[in-house]
Amino acid sequence: MPPPVYASPIEKGWHYSYRVICAAIFVFLIGPIFVIVPLSFNELPYFTFTPEMLSLDPAGYSTKWYHEFFTEASWQDAVQNSLVIAIFATLISTFLGTLAALGLSRSEMPFKTGLMALLISPMIVPLIISATGMYFFYARIGISSTHLGVIVAHAALGTPFVLITVTATLVGFDHSLTRAAASLGANPFQTFFKVTMPLILPGVVSGALFAFITSFDEVVVVLFVGSVEQRTIPWKMFSGIREEIRPTILAAATLLVCVSILLLTTLELLRRRSERLRGIRAN
Amino acid sequence: MRTADGVPLKISLQRALVRSRIRALLLVVPLLAFIAIAFVLPIGDMLFRSVDNRIVESILPRTAVAIQDWNPNGTELPDEAVFEALTLDIKAGVKARTLGRVARRLNYEKPGMTSLFRKTGRRTKRVAGPPYKERILKIDNRWSDLNTWRLIRREAGALTSGYFLASVDLKTNDRGEVVWQSEERRIYLTLFYRTLWMSALITVLCLLLGYPVAYLLATLPLRTSNLLMILVLLPFWTSLLVRTTSWIALLQTEGVLNDVLVFTGLISDDGRLQLIHNQFGTFVAMVHILLPFMILPLYSVMKTIPPSLMRAARSLGATPFTAFVRVYMPNTVSGVGAGSIMVFILSIGYYITPALVGGRTGTFISNFIAVHVSETLNWGLAAALGSLLLALVLALYLLYDRLVGIDNMKLG
Repeated sequence: MPPPVYASPIEKGWHYSYRVICAAIFVFLIGPIFVIVPLSFNELPYFTFTPEMLSLDPAGYSTKWYHEFFTEASWQDAVQNSLVIAIFATLISTFLGTLAALGLSRSEMPFKTGLMALLISPMIVPLIISATGMYFFYARIGISSTHLGVIVAHAALGTPFVLITVTATLVGFDHSLTRAAASLGANPFQTFFKVTMPLILPGVVSGALFAFITSFDEVVVVLFVGSVEQRTIPWKMFSGIREEIRPTILAAATLLVCVSILLLTTLELLRRRSERLRGIRAN
Repeated sequence: MRTADGVPLKISLQRALVRSRIRALLLVVPLLAFIAIAFVLPIGDMLFRSVDNRIVESILPRTAVAIQDWNPNGTELPDEAVFEALTLDIKAGVKARTLGRVARRLNYEKPGMTSLFRKTGRRTKRVAGPPYKERILKIDNRWSDLNTWRLIRREAGALTSGYFLASVDLKTNDRGEVVWQSEERRIYLTLFYRTLWMSALITVLCLLLGYPVAYLLATLPLRTSNLLMILVLLPFWTSLLVRTTSWIALLQTEGVLNDVLVFTGLISDDGRLQLIHNQFGTFVAMVHILLPFMILPLYSVMKTIPPSLMRAARSLGATPFTAFVRVYMPNTVSGVGAGSIMVFILSIGYYITPALVGGRTGTFISNFIAVHVSETLNWGLAAALGSLLLALVLALYLLYDRLVGIDNMKLG
């Protein structure tokens, strides 16, 4: 967008230098994420560009770190653990969170603000505090160092996201629709699955994605509540960075960036669908 | 007025309201129960541990009772009965292998207690009968120190303020007064202070970088701003560890940035800059990680400001600068507040990034909580530090609620 024609030279100068500043900030935001992509194809076990890589010599590049990622047992265990834990945690938090959001969005709900504040608190309380508390308490009830313990912990951390996104979709929800369905003879279950669910689905799915990524990325609670048996990808990366830095971590990081691009795209498509469904037109 | 079945309408309506309230509540109950068990009880457990002192009482039960009759302000040692109780407790403790735990607990308050208990534990085997007092005193003369007994008497209660005192660099001295820790053991106040000022600076930096970007996104045509928004959302969705790893690759002494500087001749090869494992590293990585949390609320507030406001100000004779400062900026205050509190809350509780890039000078209070939980095993102190941090965060959370409203919290 060019500056308006009537702008003074100073204004024009400012207009362009402002764009340059913003561009620099965007580079700061996005640059570091993409720097690791070429680095992960390094032939040598370093975290930096070798002279061969800079001269674009094919010998400077290799896919051996990806090979290591996909063949080494400890990484594969980590992938499996991450997926199992994230999927079960997502299922629990999506189910409980959606149910609660339906209740909280009803006008006759008592203690609404207080309940909402309490139910969102897992998102606000610093992870290190939640992790410390869970470390003590889960040991007491005998679920620390088990998959169950980590799943329960991650489900608790994920529910606020589901609650927030589903509540947001329900803001525009017309409650006379459910009454209409009931008056036409549908039972509560039919009403829910035939009327409510299709309308709030985008919110539910984006909440589920948030819950999934929360669990998939989470490391503090896994470190505290889990043991080696529950080692996830972020755990492997965390301990890898602390002990021996190998480009396998960069390969894993690159793959995770791909996962987040995928999730972001899905979320964007969902948002558009939701806006279309509710008749909100983007300009 | 009555309904068809003869119940007064008012009562009937009230009943219907109560029923629908219960139905709404029933939908929330499963999550409430789940959060209570999975999250609230653990936090409660931690809070309780920060004052829990039942260890002395449970491992030295006889001594804890017997010593209550002794006057700690006098000049005489406890009598034979207390020494007998202690001997029996120590013998039991050695047998059950629990003596080390109580020794460690007392050692937090008074260094040297571990060795005293270990030594006494080894030699009580030979103390077969009375006179206990004489024989115990012969094992170690620290038992003739009144302060040892004062300490045991003080810690015999079920609750202690010791962990909280320790977490703000205070301690109870031999006379039972609260005093500062010795100079070289004062670390936590410095750490709290560092966590706060670094978080404040991170918040300010995020605001300085986030405000222009949010303004640009809010004023560009939607098509362009949606595209640029991806550049903000992608980091937001990228794993924290990926972003921290990238900064390690960029900033380490053999890393990309230093290589570029050496290559361009700005610095010499042996003059490589230390950009990571210090405060600088924490600042850069944390600002990068938290910046989206500032941009998104700012953007959503700026989006609601009609562009006609600025045009009106200009047409009334304001320069672009005056119009921006006097008209536009006051309208964004709520976004600035929301974003700043969010970034500050997230920052003071951060653990992973400072642990990986902070080195010794760039670590936060949460790093010490982790150290006490998993390395020194001083769980009471970890819990007390955690409780203080929690109180701070909850106060900010309330402020956020006042300012923005928890119901209005948005994601992405």
